[in-house]
Parts: sequence; C-alpha cells; structure tokens
Amino acid sequence: MLTQALFRALDRKAVWVISIFLAVAILVPMANLLIPPGQFGHVPTYLVSLLGKYLSYAILALALDLVWGYCGILSLGHGAFFALGGYAMGMYLMRQIGSRGVYGNPTLPDFMVFLNYRELPWYWLGFDNFWFALAMVVFVPGLLAFIFGFFAFRSRVTGVYLSIMTQAMTFALLLAFFRNDMGFGGNNGLTDFKDILGAPVQSQTTRTALFAATAVALAISVFICSLIVNSKLGKVMIAVRDAESRTRFIGYRVEYVKLFAFTVSAIMAGVAGALYVPQVGIINPGEFEPGNSIEVVIWTAVGGRGTLIGPIIGAIAVNMGKSWFTSALPDLWLFALGALFVFVTLFMPKGIVGLWSQLFGKSRSKPVITPSQSSDIERGEDPASFGSPQPKPAE
Amino acid sequence: MLNLRTILLALLALPFLLTPARAQDVDIPASIAAMGEANLRELTQLVSDLAATGDPAVIPALEALAEGDLYLDETSGTVVVQRGSTHLDPVSGDEISLGEAADLSRIRVNNSLRRDIAAALSGMTLMSDNPRTRLSAAQGFTARPDAANLPLLDEAIAAETDTAVLKAMQTARAVTVLGDGDSALEDRQAAVPIVAQSAGRAASTILNAALAEAPEALQATISSAIAGLEQERAVWNALQNVWFGMSLGSVLLLAAIGLAITFGVMGVINMAHGEMVMLGAYTTFLVQLVIRQNFPFLLDQSLLIALPVAFLVTGAIGVCIERGIIRWLYGRPLETLLATWGLSLILQQTVRSIFGPTNQMVIAPTWMSGSFEFYGLSITYGRFWIFIFAAVVFAMLLLVLNRTPLGLQMRAVTQNRRMASSMGIRTPFVDAMTFGLGSGIAGLAGVALTQIDNISPNLGQNYIIDSFMVVVFGGVGNLWGTLVGALTLGVANKFLEPYAGAVLGKILILVLIILFIQRRPRGLFALKGRAVEQ
Repeated sequence: MLTQALFRALDRKAVWVISIFLAVAILVPMANLLIPPGQFGHVPTYLVSLLGKYLSYAILALALDLVWGYCGILSLGHGAFFALGGYAMGMYLMRQIGSRGVYGNPTLPDFMVFLNYRELPWYWLGFDNFWFALAMVVFVPGLLAFIFGFFAFRSRVTGVYLSIMTQAMTFALLLAFFRNDMGFGGNNGLTDFKDILGAPVQSQTTRTALFAATAVALAISVFICSLIVNSKLGKVMIAVRDAESRTRFIGYRVEYVKLFAFTVSAIMAGVAGALYVPQVGIINPGEFEPGNSIEVVIWTAVGGRGTLIGPIIGAIAVNMGKSWFTSALPDLWLFALGALFVFVTLFMPKGIVGLWSQLFGKSRSKPVITPSQSSDIERGEDPASFGSPQPKPAE
Repeated sequence: MLNLRTILLALLALPFLLTPARAQDVDIPASIAAMGEANLRELTQLVSDLAATGDPAVIPALEALAEGDLYLDETSGTVVVQRGSTHLDPVSGDEISLGEAADLSRIRVNNSLRRDIAAALSGMTLMSDNPRTRLSAAQGFTARPDAANLPLLDEAIAAETDTAVLKAMQTARAVTVLGDGDSALEDRQAAVPIVAQSAGRAASTILNAALAEAPEALQATISSAIAGLEQERAVWNALQNVWFGMSLGSVLLLAAIGLAITFGVMGVINMAHGEMVMLGAYTTFLVQLVIRQNFPFLLDQSLLIALPVAFLVTGAIGVCIERGIIRWLYGRPLETLLATWGLSLILQQTVRSIFGPTNQMVIAPTWMSGSFEFYGLSITYGRFWIFIFAAVVFAMLLLVLNRTPLGLQMRAVTQNRRMASSMGIRTPFVDAMTFGLGSGIAGLAGVALTQIDNISPNLGQNYIIDSFMVVVFGGVGNLWGTLVGALTLGVANKFLEPYAGAVLGKILILVLIILFIQRRPRGLFALKGRAVEQ
C-alpha cells in the first residue's frame, strides 16, 4: 500500500533521476577503487572529490528550485543556509583534530588558542559528537529559515523585496562570520581537517565514501522534492507561485505554504553544505558572499526551474564550465558568467530542460512575453511560468 | 608645549608693537653677551635678571634661547640668533654677517631652564600694553600653574579692562588656586566651576589631576564638575556623530536615489546600479587624466567638469541597458534582477580588464581638502561638499519630478502604468528616460565617491546592499522616503558604531531593517491606494 502510494506520488522522471544517482553512487566509487589507475574507466580520486562537490551544489540548486521554481520565492540567501550547514560540519571536523593541531591543545581548535580563548564557547559544545553535528546541520539552517520566513511571509514581504531581504540576511551573516570574536575562525574559517568518523578525511576510501553519500543524499533530495511537488501541498505551492492573491482568497494560508517550502529548502541547502565541506576541506565566510547565492540562482535558471532534473543539470554544467574557465581562461570567467545570466534570462527562460519544448514544443506559437505580463509590473509578483498562459491577476 | 609655542608666536610680533618704557638697571646687551660663556646656573641667573628688567627688548633673545636658536660665535665671542641661514643680533634684531672664520656653538639649555624662560616671558607680558600678548601670557599661566605667580595674577586682574583677557586671567588664577595646596578650601572650591567652564578641552585633564591630590571636601566638588564636563562632552560627541551620520547618509542618498527612481517607476531592481556608480568614478578618473595631460590649469575644476560628463556617460549606458535588456523583461522583476546582476559582473570585469584590479587615484581639488571648525565640530571640506552636493542633487531631482513634463509622466507611470498608457503617455519612452536618469545620478554619486573611497572595480558592490536597504526602508515612489531612509540609516549606523563596533553595528542595522519591514512591508513612505495592488 505504502509503496504504491509512493510510486503514485513519484512521476516516471523522478524515478529515473533517483535511479541514476543511486547507480552513480555505486559505480563511480567502484571505478575509482576497483579499476587500477591508468586503465580505461578509472576515475582518479581528485575527480571523485570534484564530482562530489558538483553533486553537493546540485542539492543546493535543487533546494533553491523548490522555493523558486515551485513556490515563486526568489531567495538570494540560500548560500547562507549552505554555509551554515557547512559550518556545523566544519565544527565537528575541527573537534576531531584533537591534539594534532599546531598548538596541540586537546579541546581548543588552533584559531581559538591563537585568539587566547581559555575554554570552548558554549555553542561549540557537543560538536565532538557526529550525530549532534548532523542534527545541527539540519536544525540551524532550518531554524533560521523558519524564523526569517515566519516574519517575512506573515507580513507579506514578497517579490523583489523578499529577494533583497534574503540578500541582506546573507550579507549580515557574512559580516558576522568575518569577525574573529564570533568564535568561528574569522576570515580564515575552519580548515586543516583530519578525521571524519575516525577515517582520515584525505584518504581515497573516505573520499569515495563521501562521494557516494553525496550522490545518495541527492537521490533522497530528489525523492523528497518529488513527494512534495506531487502532493496536494505541492499543487498549492504552484498556485501560490502563479497567483498568490487568488490562492489566498480561495482560502489557503499562503504564508504557511511558503514557510514550509522555505524551511525544507533551507534544510536541504544545509545538508548540501555539510557534504561539501569535508570534500573541499575548508569552510570560510566567503561562502556567505551574496554573489555566491546569486550564482546558485543562475545554476537553477540554466538547468530549468520548476523541474526536478533541471537544477541538477544546471549546477553540474555551470560548475564544470567554471572549473574549465578558471583554469584555462581565468580572466574570461566573469564575462562568461555574466553573459550566461543575461542570455538565460532573455532567451532561455525554461533553461536547458525546457529548450526542446521552447524550440519545437506547443509553446512555440506563444511569445515568451505575453502582453498581460508587461502589465503586471505594478503587482511586484513573479509570474514564474513562462510560455504558459498567464493567470489573470486577481483584481 | 603647544601653549608655549602659541605664546612664542604671539611674542614674535612684540618688538614692533612695544616701545621700551621701563627703567633699566641691568645692561641688557652685556647680559646677553655674557650668556655665551655662562654655565647653566649662571644662565638661570642671567635669565631671571633679564626678566626682571621687564623690557620687551630682551624677549627675542630669551625666546631664541628657549628654542635653541641662540648661538655663540667662538671666534669673535659674540652671541647671535640663528634664523635659517641668516644671523641676527639678539637685541636689535638686525642682520649681522659673520666672517668666514665663524665657529658657531649652540648655547645649551635644559628643560627646567626652558620652563623658567617661559614663565619669565609670561610674567613679563602679563602687564604688556597689547591685549593679545596679555591673553597669551594668561594662557601660559593656565598651562603652567605656579602658586608663586598668584600675586602677579591678582595684580593683573585688578588692572585688566579687556573682558576676554580678564576671563583668561581668572581662569589662570583658578587653575593655579585649584592646584595650590596652601590656598583656602573655599577658594579652591570656588575655583572649580571657573576651571570647568573656561579651561576648554584641558579642563577635564586639569580637574582630574587636581582630583588626585585634593582633600576629601574638595573631591566631591571636583567630581561633580568632571561629571558635568563629561555630560557636555557627550553632547558634543553626539553632535559630531550626527554630522558623521548625515555625511554617511548623504553618500547613501546619492547612491540610492537613482535606484529608488528606477525601482519606483519601473518596478525593477537594477543590480548593476552599483556598477553605474563605479563607472561614474572611473569617468572622473579619466576626465582628470585628460585634464592633467592637456589642460593642467583646469585641474582644480576637474571634478566640476567630470559631473556632466559622468552624468551623460552613465545615463547613456543606462538607456542602452534599458533598450537592450530590461525592456524584454518587463513584468518579470526577478529575471530583471538576475540579468542586471549578470550585467554587473560583465561591467566589473570589463573595467578590471581595462584599468587593472588596482585602485586608481583622483586628486582632491584644493577647495575640497582640509577641514574647518564649526563650534566644537571638526568638519572636513570633502565631506561637507559631498553633503551639499547630495542636497543639490536631491533638490534638482525633486524639481525634475514635480515641475517638468517628464517628471509628470514618470509620476503617472509610477502610480498607474496602464492608466498612464491609456492617457497617451509613451510608457516605454518614460521607462528609458527614467532608467537613464537613475543611471546618470548613479554616475554623479560616483564622482562624489572618488573623494572618499578607493576607485576600484568593486567600488559599486560596497554600496549596492546599503542602497537597497535605503530604498526598502524608505519606501518606493517617494523621494522623501529615500531622503529620510538614507539619513536615518546613516545616523543610526554612526551611533551604533561606538557601542557595537563598525561590523556589528552594520549587522544590527540589517536586522533592524528586517524587523522594520515586518511592520511596514512597503517601507516608511509607501504608496497608498490601488497602485499598490497586493
């Protein structure tokens, strides 16, 4: 019964995506560990970590897609949730260093010894326990999103106002985490990790395991998102996206729907950050840069928002492009990224995933900008679905 | 030593103003000549002898001695004052030419002798005919209180007619009495308020020093006087903070006002607005470069010349952006936000490729450097002119919006786009002009920012979030909202800084705005009526 219900909730595409990433979670580590180096099909360890990084970005993009693509909330602060999850994991990893730090202090991380801390700040307590840290990875971004969203959605801060407020939130956190006396390592952040769950963080097996964990987490994220968007709640989310006032007038509590989506999305972003940190080996306040959060938005837009596979494709494609550009043509990367922003918003509103239907599909006959859209400026609302007929504003 | 220097400066004018009127029982030239060979003790004696003459003619020699400018020519045995490369006679002040064989050695003094000289000079000048001289003498006594001078001061106070000088002398007397353990308690208590009121910035130092040695009965009086002074200083500090805040606010206003117009009229958030500011700054840099190479005589006016140039350049770029990108995205404000963000990356990287990532310099014109005192406030000319400039820009914009056809159309489009369109207003034209105007004003802000910030490709990014905050806080569609928002945020920022530190202050401001938005989601001065829709 339950499995049947689940399968009904998942569409075929989601099942495919989940299966692919579960397969990747098994095949890539195997290709790394079992096929000897030099032989065809071997995946070098650095590549495994790189792919793992892409996949954690994909989770982040998927998280953003849940609020932006399905609920119409453009968050410019998802980098903050990502970084908070990363910091929670980083704090666990710092505690695992133990007395192997430069100063050899068994409880205090190096930077605290350096800054003359005499004892561990209260908010660092408990982070030596992996499961506690994991709980914090979920809890801290979730709580922040809940509080922020509760106030913002309750007072109907929408559209660009909300985007700007989320950007201000991540900017405030950026400033805060840069401070040395916050107790999070200041601008150096947390780094020089040794162990995770007793296994050395740099070793080949740990890296492949982390990769597999990320791929599985991505599959689970797709599963959860699919469950949400295919449920009745998901339909209401889409209704909020397309006609917020009308949904409210019909009788739905729009703010709670938004709050749910925002909080779940923040938790997913936090988990992505927690998976990201051990694979890149550092977390610093730079992750809170407003620019990073906006970059996540472009991943989602490039892949195609409002779909489950789009943001994953977008995150991986853009980051592969970034890796290539920054090593081959570092000066041109910002040009490319900027052009991507402009190009995608102007010409590919449905992203890579929607390219086929945009070029050859039914919506071809309809202009991307309908006359009714240009009259919606005053509404300050985002009619997120392009091509499809716009709902008439509830006036 | 600052006071000593002021005295000495005042004294430099003396030889021309004073006529020798006192009896001479010491041979001045002989005594001065004797200084050449004297040891320190003899020198002290000579100084007090000379001071006792009360003759202003000895002043230049004593000054020179204290400053270490008095030299003995070992070959001829004469004593001379050295001024740069010339040598003067210590008494007459005439220039003397020393022979080739001259062998100068400085007449050495120590600190206690310097003090003696300064005190002697003050005492001599307390009775001078020139009020300015008497004033600086009284200030000299304030700086070096000595109970031995009390009779002298009393005598001078009795004879004094000039109120300002009298006040300075009374201050000097009060300071002396306060520090003198032998004076009566009532006198010392009475001296406290005089010191507190008139000793200026030194007052709290003097009072604190007195507090340490004062008997118990006196301590209470002094403590309360110190408390009063501190309260007064807190008020001045607050006023200084208000000025700093207004100055910051004027910068924010310049940066945000263009954003407020485009957002108000078109409903688009222009993320490339900061880059318009940056381009304005680089235009200023280029204008100054051209002027320095071709028309150096205009260098002092280069900022004024840069103003229209920057306005036109950034305004034209703004119109291009609107025609090229933004008009395709109307009705999709979030997409506009993304596209303009991408544009800002491109603009930044373009500037970085052309000018390099390092900071460029714009030289401040002479009329913008330095500072002036306004009552107790110290105001730099640069900040002052930026404040005036922001006010002028604001007033001009108000005029444009309220008194021109374009302004009328812009307001109409802001309030109800569809109705405005129905009435025959070409909304696309208004949009392009609005965007051009907003960008042009950003360029003007860039010109002003060259004076207080580094010109780097990241210049705009430092202001963009603050500008958004101003717009969100002030509300859209009303310039006054932007004005109030900018000044409030500026002042609040400067007031939080001393308590919370610059960074934490900024965080607090952001949190406060987020909370404020809860109460008024559309800002301080929100548009009302049907235009608001949601």
